[in-house]
Amino acid sequence: MEMSQYLEVFIEESKEHLQNCNERLLDLEKNPSDLSIVNDIFRSAHTLKGMSATMGYEDLASLTHQMENVLDAIRNQKIIVTPETLDVVFEATDDLEAMVFSIADGGDGKRDVASVVEKLKLIEKGESPAVSQSAKEVAATSTPDAPRALKGEYDEFEYTVLQQSIEQGFQTYEITIALREDCLLKAARVFMVFEVIEKLGEVIKSTPSVDQLEEEQFDQEFTVTIVSREPMSDIQSKVIKVSEVDRVDIHALSIEQLRPTAETTLEPIKQELIIAEEVKIEESAKQEEQKKQTSVKQASNKTIRVNIERLDILMNLFEELVIDRGRLEQISRDLNNSELHETVERMSRISGDLQNIILNMRMVPVETVFNRFPRMVRQLARDLGKKINLEIVGAETELDRTVIDEIGDPLVHLIRNALDHGVETPEVRRAKGKGEEGTVILKAFHSGNHVFIELSDDGAGINRERVLNKALKNGIISEQTAATLTDKQVYELIFASGFSTAEKISDVSGRGVGLDVVKNTIESLGGTVSIDSKEGEGSIFSVQLPLTLSIISVMLVEIQKEKYAIPLSSIIETAIVKKEDILNAHNQKVIDFRGKVVPLLFLKDIFEVPVFEEEDEFYSVIIVRKGDKMAGLVVDSFIGQQEVVLKSLGNYLTNVFAISGATILGDGQVALIVDCNALIK
Amino acid sequence: MSETSVADLKLIIFQLKGKEYAIPVSKVRSIEKVQHITRVPSSSHFVKGVINLRGVVTPIIDLRSRFGMDEESYSDSTRIIIVTLEDMEVGLIVDAANDVLDVQTEAIEPQPEVVGTEETNYISGVVKVDKRLMILLDLEMVLNPEEVRASQGIEG
Repeated sequence: MEMSQYLEVFIEESKEHLQNCNERLLDLEKNPSDLSIVNDIFRSAHTLKGMSATMGYEDLASLTHQMENVLDAIRNQKIIVTPETLDVVFEATDDLEAMVFSIADGGDGKRDVASVVEKLKLIEKGESPAVSQSAKEVAATSTPDAPRALKGEYDEFEYTVLQQSIEQGFQTYEITIALREDCLLKAARVFMVFEVIEKLGEVIKSTPSVDQLEEEQFDQEFTVTIVSREPMSDIQSKVIKVSEVDRVDIHALSIEQLRPTAETTLEPIKQELIIAEEVKIEESAKQEEQKKQTSVKQASNKTIRVNIERLDILMNLFEELVIDRGRLEQISRDLNNSELHETVERMSRISGDLQNIILNMRMVPVETVFNRFPRMVRQLARDLGKKINLEIVGAETELDRTVIDEIGDPLVHLIRNALDHGVETPEVRRAKGKGEEGTVILKAFHSGNHVFIELSDDGAGINRERVLNKALKNGIISEQTAATLTDKQVYELIFASGFSTAEKISDVSGRGVGLDVVKNTIESLGGTVSIDSKEGEGSIFSVQLPLTLSIISVMLVEIQKEKYAIPLSSIIETAIVKKEDILNAHNQKVIDFRGKVVPLLFLKDIFEVPVFEEEDEFYSVIIVRKGDKMAGLVVDSFIGQQEVVLKSLGNYLTNVFAISGATILGDGQVALIVDCNALIK
Repeated sequence: MSETSVADLKLIIFQLKGKEYAIPVSKVRSIEKVQHITRVPSSSHFVKGVINLRGVVTPIIDLRSRFGMDEESYSDSTRIIIVTLEDMEVGLIVDAANDVLDVQTEAIEPQPEVVGTEETNYISGVVKVDKRLMILLDLEMVLNPEEVRASQGIEG
């Protein structure tokens, strides 16, 4: 069977299930007694096992299988959840993740998992020192559970029901149904079989249990005991009609056949079994309820997977439509035909809505990045011997997919930094009179056209002197400047390349490559990062990101006959300045703008624009900023504010000075986007 | 060049200052009429700017000035040949493009050893069909990004 077409779906779903495992395992660590969590994990692991076995990834399947055994034991309370057990399960999940990623990268998903499997086996047997003696006992006593699953054995309750129905004139049948070996969706077939049977009579018992059948925990065969008034041959022929059913064996049970099994069973064991059965029933009832809940949730939130490339194509096509719309609007204005005018207006409105929808489709909750952090923090905290509580706020905040893809790594760096350098060890914290457990808060929220992500910790904060000394030693700043820097400027120094304040180099961070990379990545996304800190109380790293990378608001300006776009995000305001108000300072033309001296930059000189007409008495100036610095860009005229689609200049023209990209205007022409950051030093 | 490929080659033929040049069809995406070109400041002198090619911003090179020939104003026959090379997409301004030829690989000969004009660097061979002589361009050299960067800012 050709599987490659399913590979993409397999990888995506596997990642989802692993993520779910990770999340739920963390929950379980907090509430070790909550068995519904174990059920969740079990279900994910089980689906993963099924999928990987179908796709032919044996290592993946066997490891999941072993993990599943342990989870099953936990679920059946044969093993008590301990941190050590969870560590091994976490380790197994890590291995699974590594395998799935290797498959995603085109590998074969093979990995040496022997040691983890061994550990899991130990836990399952209850032999690991981590697992308490009592668990072992439970495991031992539970073994007699297994033979109960043989067909033809009924407990007291079932026996009574059967007896009564026979007395009332019903027939009792035991049906053994075998599915075809190549049956892919066994659970679905089982469901269909049950649907048929339930129309014919009442199901008294099934072996394996309905639960296990639903989870495909059986080979090819299962047995159902029913009471019915239908003749035997009818039942058989109806059941065999279900597709992929290989054969159906049916035989009637008489009261005599039932009795001996029931009676030969020893009393105490029977009692135990009944109790076990009751527990099972309760559990399965709970599970069923949960299943219903989850299925309801799924039904109300149907999604399909779409390749991001297709969305990009859709976006591109739509942009072309927008350009044509602009032309149509122009034509309709020129023709002055009211009917045409109305139609075009309607079209404009609809395409405006369409634009919103398309943009929204590309928005992804930041959760997709955040959800891997709890796990990472747990591991790091253990490695570092610190106690850390990670709080995540606003994970539902949405960002453009392109931004989401890029911010993961910078955030990892920041979190590692906060954990390693920020939060102190429990001893130090105690000495300082803080609680042993450090708190790290990761918070995302919208504000205007931006999304803010803040990472705050209640750790040691930044020591001004230490940062300055380090910066001096590494030659990042000079003695003279050191004294004049404000606290904030000093903190910014830790983003300089080649800077690391950690006294010893650790695995976690401290090679001095982290934070400057963070700053560069975030700035390349059109965002900014800033730090605020109070020594002894903690630091806040604040990352500001644009909502989307593909659409920005710009001010369109004209310089002679060329049009340029200046991003609104860097504009403070626009002004008209009289020629005589311009002052000269060191060959640099400046203006006095609200009490500040602002240097003027003549864009037509910088961009070497061919001059057609002479300048007039007034200059149109756009005041732009980069950080605290300002500059006035002199243009010929303002056209107006517009939302434009940001496009790159292609791979041939890279690094054009002071141009960050291009956009296509309503008339189909290309306008260049000015990079104000490059103009201000 | 000629010994590596066995199959026949399909070439797009275009004119530049009265001479005929050729590029393999496989490298050509489309041929466009001249449209509004937006100048890009501080780029090489032969980079005329960018155009909007069905929603994609595409840089345009004037082949005449790339080869050091004197530039001419564009006429009705002037065409932009959009070529792709690896991940780059670039438009080349030529005097005219109006022919597609199938040639045998044997018809391609290495360029004659003549010292002189700048264009020799960009020639990967000469194609002779009947009495016509066409110059096969080496696109990689024409679009060499290193050279573009090196000559950036020399002339606006």
